Amino acid sequence: MMKKIEAIIRPSALRAVLDGLKAVGYPGVTVAEVQGHGKQKGITESYRGQSVEGLLPKLVVTAVVGDKQVKKVVDIIVKSARTGEIGDGKIFVSPVSDAIRIRTGEKGEKAV
Amino acid sequence: MGFFEKLRALFKRRTAALAAAGFSALASAAVWAQQAAPVTTAASAGASAAAAPVVSAGSPQAISAGDTAWLLASAALVLLMTPGLAFFYAGMVRKKNVMATIMQSFIMIALISVQWVIWGYSLAFGPGKSFLFGGLDWLFLKHLPDVSPLAPTVPHYAYMIFQAMFAIITPALICGAYAERLSFKGFVVFSLLWATFVYDPIAHLVWGGGYFGSLGALDFAGGTVVHMSSGYSALALALLLGTRKGYGKENMPPHNLTLVLLGASLLWFGWFGFNAGSACAANALACNAFVTTNTATAMAALMWCAVEMVHRGKATTLGAASGAVAGLVAITPACGFVDLIGSLWIGAIVSILCYTAIQVKIKLGYDDSLDTFGVHGVGGTWGALATGIWALKSINSGGADGVLAGNPGQFLIQLKTVGFTAVYSIALTVVLYFIVDKTVGMRVHQKEEELGLDLSQHGEEGYHI
Repeated sequence: MMKKIEAIIRPSALRAVLDGLKAVGYPGVTVAEVQGHGKQKGITESYRGQSVEGLLPKLVVTAVVGDKQVKKVVDIIVKSARTGEIGDGKIFVSPVSDAIRIRTGEKGEKAV
Repeated sequence: MGFFEKLRALFKRRTAALAAAGFSALASAAVWAQQAAPVTTAASAGASAAAAPVVSAGSPQAISAGDTAWLLASAALVLLMTPGLAFFYAGMVRKKNVMATIMQSFIMIALISVQWVIWGYSLAFGPGKSFLFGGLDWLFLKHLPDVSPLAPTVPHYAYMIFQAMFAIITPALICGAYAERLSFKGFVVFSLLWATFVYDPIAHLVWGGGYFGSLGALDFAGGTVVHMSSGYSALALALLLGTRKGYGKENMPPHNLTLVLLGASLLWFGWFGFNAGSACAANALACNAFVTTNTATAMAALMWCAVEMVHRGKATTLGAASGAVAGLVAITPACGFVDLIGSLWIGAIVSILCYTAIQVKIKLGYDDSLDTFGVHGVGGTWGALATGIWALKSINSGGADGVLAGNPGQFLIQLKTVGFTAVYSIALTVVLYFIVDKTVGMRVHQKEEELGLDLSQHGEEGYHI
């Protein structure tokens, strides 16, 4: 079976996370720019003196891996993305029921 | 382009003797002949004539290649301000309205370029004796004299097309007040009517030989005509139209501040044509206007940032850009009448006034979306009044001294012009608003507003995935 790992990280941590993933066998990743805030709230922005509650820029790194690889991948992301300060992000792991490689039609773990 | 400066330019190329002898004949021929002010100017013009270069004693109206080149280049510079304004405003709106906002400024170039040559120039500058309009003699630019008395050393077309650029940018300035909620049809009809019934009469009153010129009001490059007229009309429209859907509840931050800064930079660049070009000659006065313009703008940008640091703790790029534009607005009427010290003060104070006005707007809750009134109305008013404070005859012998040089009367003249322009602009805007609203409609439907004007009015988007 497979799991989807979604890691919300600081943009500055991307390089380290990708390098770390390469070391554990380089699973395919998708990276997206997102904005958001955690419990600590975002930043207050000011436009001509008018306050706007701003969101913080983050990246989401998504990887789907076989069950056996999950711990390794999660550990490497935590290790690479941690600064110890508030705002390091979060990792969510969820089950994936199937995967299909579009080029060949392969299914399941072979496709990821 | 102040009234007196033009008059002075008219005379300075004559010998003193010619000026004295020719004045009465010239005065009777000129459209503003019946007014009292030129008489006082004649003396100063005569006095300055000795120092001024005499181009040709035999043909006092000789065309100057230098002046013509500078005025044509200035016209092109002023043209660029309108696309600059398009970017300045477009960066401040939300993504879904970026193209509609650019379109409002861009299509204004086309719309008023045509209006101006068909009837606008004639209404504003044509010969005639009515209070509000020049006349209809110059429709389609027919019967134009070879030169305008307001710019006697360049071909008439050079002056006409320079003025066209001012007529274009003025209604475009108002776009900031009704951003993100006006229908394209309503926008086009309103702009055309506004240019005809607000801009053209005020240009006539101040520059084209009308009442304020004769009063002795000083407006070198258009503080009253351009910035106050658009600024007060913007206030009226913002109040009439009401707030944007979701205003005060949703976040509406500028969607692209890099565009705003690009636009502000183009405005600063083009404004040298606006202000220094308004000397209508490549002379020392143009240089004075150039330097005071740059100085006031720089000072205002610094001061806006300083005010922000005190009020909010951080200086912003939007603040630097807003301050620069406020400085440009404020120095516009003054640039050819004040010295360097005056320009420093005008620039420093305008940012405090405009920033405060915008904070008051936020408190009051009306939606002058991009602060056309806050910057152009308030800054334009300050500039017009400040001209009456810091003006110096030693800078422009065709002008007048201001309060600080011992002539408090000039301040009152400026005040009168300010008051009239504000009342007239607001009153006419209200009338035009109702006419357009009852016919083609001003505001878009709620659903169209929510969808965004780019899609609902133009069927296109600025950004695709």
